[in-house]
Amino acid sequence: MSKQIKAVSLISGGLDSMLATKAIMEQGVHVEGINFFTGFCVEGHTHAIRKKDKDKPKRNNSLWVAETLGIKLHIIDIIEEYKDVLINPKHGYGANMNPCLDCKVFMVKKAKQWMEENDFDFIITGEVMGQRPMSQRRETMPIISAESGADDRLVRPLCAQSLPATLPEREGWIHRDQLFDFSGRGRKPQMALANEYGFTDYSQPAGGCCFLTDESYSKKLVDLWKARGEKEYDLDDVMLLKVGRHIRPRPNFKIIVAREDGEARFMQGYKKTYINMNCASHRGPLALIEGDASAEDLHLAAQIVARYGQGRDAELVDIAVRDIAGNESIMQVKPFGVNEMPKDWFI
Amino acid sequence: MSQFELDAKRLLCPLPVIRTQDKIKTLNIGDILVVTCTDPGVMQDIPAWSRINGHQVLKTESGEYEFVITIEVGE
Repeated sequence: MSKQIKAVSLISGGLDSMLATKAIMEQGVHVEGINFFTGFCVEGHTHAIRKKDKDKPKRNNSLWVAETLGIKLHIIDIIEEYKDVLINPKHGYGANMNPCLDCKVFMVKKAKQWMEENDFDFIITGEVMGQRPMSQRRETMPIISAESGADDRLVRPLCAQSLPATLPEREGWIHRDQLFDFSGRGRKPQMALANEYGFTDYSQPAGGCCFLTDESYSKKLVDLWKARGEKEYDLDDVMLLKVGRHIRPRPNFKIIVAREDGEARFMQGYKKTYINMNCASHRGPLALIEGDASAEDLHLAAQIVARYGQGRDAELVDIAVRDIAGNESIMQVKPFGVNEMPKDWFI
Repeated sequence: MSQFELDAKRLLCPLPVIRTQDKIKTLNIGDILVVTCTDPGVMQDIPAWSRINGHQVLKTESGEYEFVITIEVGE
């Protein structure tokens, strides 16, 4: 009896990895999915936090893809290990703080480790040549194979016909003529293949799946590093950069002001970690103070927080300020006017 | 068969799923795991993860702020 060939597929939750996985499954290979959680994944978080997204399904697309395909999915927490990828990317950043090429190398390397530990035979990715400016180019694809150590055990079914034959093709485990030669940013071939496979519901094609590709998020991350004087972060930093308005009136502290109830509820969980405040005399948002703020700084912060509450036009408002032990004091301040806050305070 | 509890409060998906996955790896077939979370996304994600990995969700409970999922560990 011949050995059952097994492949592990990097499942992002998007259409390409779904199609790539299906293409290999169609050839009788046993496939299981793997999904890496860096902390910066767009999946889930913002939908869970922000009330405005309440109508969107709160599903995790990688789980949904795995269930649709009928495969197991292993979700791996790489938050700690990923720090080195983000802080010291060998191949640099993309348009924002996205270290796409290093990220891909790292993930394929982790998949290779998983493949070896679980006695699988090769790795599948949904890469398409020319689709992404940094990691999915003809010249970068060999870099990913080589630097990850996956070499010719890395199969990209959607563009395999434009690449040298891999080990699974040479060994006859899979057939090259049943793979594809997709290239570029156009999505028509993928949509046609999705239709052929009967996939009518799938995650928005080519949608960004990482906050590091987002300009606004990247600016906040750079600001955080600059303020701390070092490129360091923890998971709470990653999460808080996703919520609220971030305002830095002075280099030593910033204010995170909730934009709506969902964010305020999420930020409640940080009241024992950060000095926090909200308007006591009028309805207004919760705000966290990050950094080392003096009494004068807190007064300034209170004026800013007051500007976002319903007392914004009042002469004076009461702001409740709580330290991390929960001790509360009331500060009476004049809210800032709409045009009194310099634009460069907003991160 | 034993019952275990997992506190996944304040974690946002997929972290509650990852914690559930890691905890279940340490349990035996037939054991019961009760996971308490605050992210409403778990009501979709943990049952989905359980289904594709062969575990059975026995019960889901939604409160105003907390969500509790009871899982029987499968093969």
